[in-house]
Amino acid sequence: MAETRVDDPGPRSAPAPHAGRHPGPKEYIRIAIILGAITAAEVAVYYIEGAREFLIPILFFFSFVKFALVVLWFMHLRFDSRTYARFFVMGLAGAVTLFLIVLLTFQVFSS
Amino acid sequence: MATLEHSAAAPVTDHAATSTGLPHLKLAMWLFLASDCLLFGALISTYVLYRGASTVGPYPADVFDIPYTSVSSFVLLASSLTMVLALAAIQRGDVGRSRVWLLATALLGMTFLGGQVYEFTSFVREGLTLKTNVFGTSFYVLTGFHGTHVAVGVLMLLTVFTLSFAGKINQDSSMTVELVGLYWHFVDIVWIVIFTVVYLIPTGSPAGG
Repeated sequence: MAETRVDDPGPRSAPAPHAGRHPGPKEYIRIAIILGAITAAEVAVYYIEGAREFLIPILFFFSFVKFALVVLWFMHLRFDSRTYARFFVMGLAGAVTLFLIVLLTFQVFSS
Repeated sequence: MATLEHSAAAPVTDHAATSTGLPHLKLAMWLFLASDCLLFGALISTYVLYRGASTVGPYPADVFDIPYTSVSSFVLLASSLTMVLALAAIQRGDVGRSRVWLLATALLGMTFLGGQVYEFTSFVREGLTLKTNVFGTSFYVLTGFHGTHVAVGVLMLLTVFTLSFAGKINQDSSMTVELVGLYWHFVDIVWIVIFTVVYLIPTGSPAGG
């Protein structure tokens, strides 16, 4: 019977619980093209007179999508352990809360 | 050993066994990035609060050059692509290609920084300095902090690039490239927010104007 050591990390190629399947170069390039296209759309929307009324929500939407694509694919949060995501979301939530508190305190939204 | 065709087969045990099963360095990097979110949250809040509060010009609309800044944004986005390609290459064990992508990332980062220096110089020529008005103060502090982060990232990239020649960066130590990559992508996502909030969202009427 084979003897097994408790602290044996196992073979080097064995997947560890913290790491998921990372995308390959083709998928990275696809994401980069989408990011470039969204940036081009952002700049285009900025110059369209008819979109002035909805400019801020549109820009925030584009920005959110770009942010999410980079964090989920390039930073691998979609594929790695959720613990990393929890840490990051905690910081992000803190930043958004700080932003809202400052702007509400100084009544930026009402001006 | 089977041929590794996909970066999914990345070595994932290049760290000591931990109680969480997660590499502590990577966990620490995510914690650092979370704390950096708060720093930039404070700086962006301050900018939004003060950008329309200046009583003297120049105002944002007087100085911003959107096409120029858009090119800078594309440069930084491209650097994120080269960064992940460097990581994918080192995880495949292709040190040479990883080195090329690392250098490309550093060069793109330096291009972005050069663009920022040029932008700051032209703004100063147009009369917007750190002390001109509250828009100038909050703008330079926010974008200056971001630029400093980019500069630190470039130094990290060049360090990893140099270490690769000493044989210290290989498939087994791909975590080093991954950590630098996480920092670099964070710098990119901060710019995504800055580009929208600072440059694209129009400012209301100047205070008193």
